[in-house]
Amino acid sequence: MLAPNPTVAPVEQLARSHRLRPLELAPWLVAGASFYVFDIYLPLGAQILINVLFALSLDLILGYAGIVTLGHAAFFGVGAYTVGILAVHGGWAEPLTGLIAAGILAGVLGIVTGLVILRTHGLTLLMLTLAVVFMLYEAANKATHITGGADGLQAFAIDPILGLFRFDLFGRTAYLYTLAVLFIAWAFVRLLVHSPFGRSLTGVRENVTRMHAIGAPVRRRLVTAYAISAALAGIAGGLLAQTTQFVGLNTITFERSGEILIMLILGGVGRLYGAFIGPPLFMIAQDTLAKNEPVFWLFYIGLLLVLVVMFARGGVLGLIDTLWAWFVRRRR
Amino acid sequence: MEAVIAAAVSIVFLGLSYAMILYIVSVGLSVTMGLMGFTNLAHGVFAVAGGYVTLTLMNSHGVPFFAALATAFAVVAAASVILERFLYARLYGASELEQVLFTIGLIFMAVAGAQYVWGPFPQRMQLPDYLRGQISLGFRDFPTYRAFMIVVSLALIALLWFGVERTSFGAQVRAAVDNRRMAQSLGINTGRLFTLTFALGSGLAALGGGLGAEILAIHPAYPIEHLVYFLIVVAVGGLGSLRGPFIAAVLLGVGDTAFKYLVPEFGAFFIYAAMIAVLLWRPAGLFGRG
Amino acid sequence: MKAWKLGLIAAGLTTSLVTAAHAQTVKIGLLLPLSGPAASLGDQMDKAVQLYMKMHDKELPPGVKVEIIKRDTTGPNPDVAKRLVTELVTRDRVDIIAGVVFTPNAHAIAPVATEAKKPFIIMNAGTSVTTTLSPYIVRFSFTLWQASYPMGGWAAKNNIKRAYTTVADYGPGHDAEAAFTKGFTDAGGQIVGSIRMPLQNPDFVPFMQRVKDAKPDALFVFVPAGRQATALMKAYSDLGLPQERIRLIGPGDITTDEELPNMGDVPLGVITMHHYSAAATRPANKAFVDAWKKDYGPNSTPSFMSVGAWDGMTAIYHAIREQKGKIDGDKTVALLKGYKIDNSPRGPIMIDPETRDVVQNEYLRRVERVGGNLANIELETIPMVKDPWKEINQKK
Repeated sequence: MLAPNPTVAPVEQLARSHRLRPLELAPWLVAGASFYVFDIYLPLGAQILINVLFALSLDLILGYAGIVTLGHAAFFGVGAYTVGILAVHGGWAEPLTGLIAAGILAGVLGIVTGLVILRTHGLTLLMLTLAVVFMLYEAANKATHITGGADGLQAFAIDPILGLFRFDLFGRTAYLYTLAVLFIAWAFVRLLVHSPFGRSLTGVRENVTRMHAIGAPVRRRLVTAYAISAALAGIAGGLLAQTTQFVGLNTITFERSGEILIMLILGGVGRLYGAFIGPPLFMIAQDTLAKNEPVFWLFYIGLLLVLVVMFARGGVLGLIDTLWAWFVRRRR
Repeated sequence: MEAVIAAAVSIVFLGLSYAMILYIVSVGLSVTMGLMGFTNLAHGVFAVAGGYVTLTLMNSHGVPFFAALATAFAVVAAASVILERFLYARLYGASELEQVLFTIGLIFMAVAGAQYVWGPFPQRMQLPDYLRGQISLGFRDFPTYRAFMIVVSLALIALLWFGVERTSFGAQVRAAVDNRRMAQSLGINTGRLFTLTFALGSGLAALGGGLGAEILAIHPAYPIEHLVYFLIVVAVGGLGSLRGPFIAAVLLGVGDTAFKYLVPEFGAFFIYAAMIAVLLWRPAGLFGRG
Repeated sequence: MKAWKLGLIAAGLTTSLVTAAHAQTVKIGLLLPLSGPAASLGDQMDKAVQLYMKMHDKELPPGVKVEIIKRDTTGPNPDVAKRLVTELVTRDRVDIIAGVVFTPNAHAIAPVATEAKKPFIIMNAGTSVTTTLSPYIVRFSFTLWQASYPMGGWAAKNNIKRAYTTVADYGPGHDAEAAFTKGFTDAGGQIVGSIRMPLQNPDFVPFMQRVKDAKPDALFVFVPAGRQATALMKAYSDLGLPQERIRLIGPGDITTDEELPNMGDVPLGVITMHHYSAAATRPANKAFVDAWKKDYGPNSTPSFMSVGAWDGMTAIYHAIREQKGKIDGDKTVALLKGYKIDNSPRGPIMIDPETRDVVQNEYLRRVERVGGNLANIELETIPMVKDPWKEINQKK
């Protein structure tokens, strides 16, 4: 391992090194403190954490494997509906096993679709990811007796976690539960991206021809990554179902895919922590601003997106790196 | 048996009118994507802009239908030139992700802007009298407006195909789609070609939007609502091709109508399944290049 | 600082503190779609609420103010609705929850209302089962069964022997379909086909083709009021169903007053059953419509959603007066059970004390041209209809 270079962008460096830096504990401290400081905002907090997990799953295949997808909500929705259908039709309201089921089913869908569509690239791949999410939306829309159709699966009860912690009105249980799941997921993803498997994904993203040339099993790696990413997205969806006790069609739409993509881009793709910055920024801004002027909110998000693409392609984290480099250059 | 034939004729006719509008809107997207390699998800914005201009001229200023359509074509084409020169051109070399995000951002701005200016209601479409009601085509009646749309669309398409096959501009476009570098080395000013083609494609989309306002209602969420259908037509048809999207549009229009008629319990499911099947069989589209 | 200045400041502070202690603000959390495709529906209700408050401000007890906290549900998004109402209850500490256009949103809000013990005044969502979901729900709008069940009976007695139903595939649509079918078949009619159409962005053409093929005497339709109703009218006309003598009938959602101008001439002669028409001539309605047009312009028309919000506010103000501004959830619900409004713009209404649902007149109407514009003209009245679904199923 090369000695850390002070001129290399700090976030980039953070993302590359497998050693745990003190700064990486910051998000968890903030999340923990928020539980006490923002105690009337916990339902929003839980939604933010769920989107962080969702964004993290997207970063795995978008940021690290370089697959552009507009259909990631397919896995999110499948996870959510798994929990809902188990609760409503199967009488299965235990949260921990329900969540595992959600992840498994979404992961299986990821394997199946990955095997089929990851053979293509470019616009065709993009279209196929769209086709998958639209098809699943249509299926959920039409299978009313299973999914509730346009009404969704409503007001089902979820058992207390471990039999002890009831999902309360103020969202305390929901918040801590999602925080715990997110922590486990993050630890796993962090290990993954620093492993040889994770490095090979970056190799595929940067130069797939060379990866083929050195004999790396590219497709197998991609499908595996896609499946893991799908499973994590499914867990995020399952969390949403459990904490809101509702599952609707809006968990499995193109709009939801687009929204999480935007949140991740704002934070910064491929640096692991973009997923921790984008969703909170986006959702807190949305909660405060969109309340009063929903039309303007949409306009400004669009404008922000255009500006980010033109001037700040790495999102907030990229900006930090750029500013740091500029600052360091000035000091010289 | 007669009833079955009658129903089939209805389905084909209605599906065709839908397909024509899809094609006219999407053909510009096919050419610009094939020519510039730019993933432009915001193409629907030009279509809905055309619709808004047409309907505003007709409803608030009493401009006759055809004049309004022509104005919409010109206005949107001109506006698209500005957009292309100042925004799109800066991202020609950018990655697919960046183009996708950029155009999604444009869509959002357009949707919000449209809602601000015209409100969330769909715009009223007052057909001119000669287009209302039904027209008799010998063996049965058809809605006049839809028959008119098919006829006008076919005329536009013929004009377009003639233009591309027979004019030197068309030849330049085809050359640049085939092999941009080669075309450049032959002295073709590809930058100007891009702009002109973009303007033409956007103008056509505007025409499609205005013409099809009865079928695809003009309201702020239009670019998002119909995005996937425009993309299906282009992806299945093949980028850069003219005929491919035509076949794709006909298949999609008639197929969608037919599936919804025959098995309404499944709705649009079959269309997406069919699209996946086609794209897996021919990833570059039915008539795509490589 | 001079002593007298200090004294003046102290006096000023004390006075304002004392006044503040006496001023009571009743906070009402109003959940409506204010953006997105359903914004026009939320707008109709919002306008009614604002107009009511403006006109009835003096009827509040002295020192009591009403504060409306509006939240945008953006459409049928139950998770958004649930989060918003939870915040309204825990963050903003509202006294009353009101509004709601969409049934799924109402269902998501119900458990929150129960747990927080806040009265939930439903101003639109019309699926029958909704009021059973929480003892704090009082509904001032309607149910689909109230209109569609008697419509079925009427159709069977009026030369319609074979009917086809096409409804939007969601709660209210299912209710309308079930209600009409029961009313129609109980009275001897035959349903020859039924389709459930997608709720989001449907293309009605293939469905109308299927209906045409079946050649029924009438087509019973339910779609969400507004844009979809217009699109359906167009498809109905484009495919030549009127020429095939297939009559169009349904609850009033398909010919709402504010949407009629957009439908051209197609709806002429269409018969609907509903609890409100802006063209009604009773004095309370004329006053209501006049006040509306004065504030919102001559081209603006109130709809049944506006009336639902209007009557809901009437009830809320009654509850505020009775409790002198100190709102208790259980007391409010008890006050509203059996509550009567004799001169609502829609006629007399009452809240059934057992079901907490609205009991009201249903009017048989026909679309006719009046003074150059289309309007729903009331032909017959069925008085004080209780929700038939609850009656038939003995539900509370």
